[in-house]
Amino acid sequence: MSMKATTRQIDSVTVVDVSGRITLGEGCTQLRELIREQLSKGNKNILLNLADVTYIDSSGIGELVSGFTGVARQGGSLKLLNLTKKVHDLLQITKLYTVFDVHDDEAKAIGSFARTASV
Amino acid sequence: MLPQNDVVEVTLESDLKNVEVAEKITRRVAGEAGFDEDEKSRIEMAVHESMINAIWHGNKNDVGKLVRLRLQIHHDRLEIRIQDQGEGFDPAKIPDPVQSENLLKVSGRGVFLIRAFMDEFRVRYLSGTGTEVTMIKRRNTAIPKQQGGTDREHESHDKAN
Repeated sequence: MSMKATTRQIDSVTVVDVSGRITLGEGCTQLRELIREQLSKGNKNILLNLADVTYIDSSGIGELVSGFTGVARQGGSLKLLNLTKKVHDLLQITKLYTVFDVHDDEAKAIGSFARTASV
Repeated sequence: MLPQNDVVEVTLESDLKNVEVAEKITRRVAGEAGFDEDEKSRIEMAVHESMINAIWHGNKNDVGKLVRLRLQIHHDRLEIRIQDQGEGFDPAKIPDPVQSENLLKVSGRGVFLIRAFMDEFRVRYLSGTGTEVTMIKRRNTAIPKQQGGTDREHESHDKAN
């Protein structure tokens, strides 16, 4: 199953519900283009809901890092929501878990963007 | 079912679609070797990353070049070899991706993950023919040689795609 993504706008936050595989090739390209598209629309608060991601590889992790730094360069924030055990473990192993702002409650995650913006 | 000789070998074209083919074979063989779901996922991911290296970096996505995947269940370990037709690489020269200066780099985590998930990882350059990666995962409950599993070399040759 390749990657699929749908977006929802909640207040100033763009929630992206991602499912399937984020791997080298199609999955990574789709995610990159999706983040680029949101930034071009001026949506700089992006919450990636990874609950239904079945597989992510080193390239997919790299794409998350690229999104994180790219959004930050535009003055926004990219945060992660609902990590599966596999994704959680991969971020721990690669020491990226503390780099990303990771949430397991959508409402609290959305609220955290306002706090980030006001800091 | 796994062949009686405990070896599965396939030769695949350098197409990223074949990474999933390799993953499925690996998951099945790892299951036959008695690994649990978590271990199967780790072994599958190590093969995924190694197949990507072989197809993308080794064979440069040239569908005319082949990747050989070979899995062998020994009484005490699962041994996986992946051979491409590329010019090889020195894993010692890959920067440590968890060092702070490399943490936000986009690439360079594949071999790190393979090492994290497997017990042994070796790279051997085969002069003029390509590069062979060997990955080993030890079996938790080694079974006596006479009851199953073998260290003898019996090979089967299947050609896929």
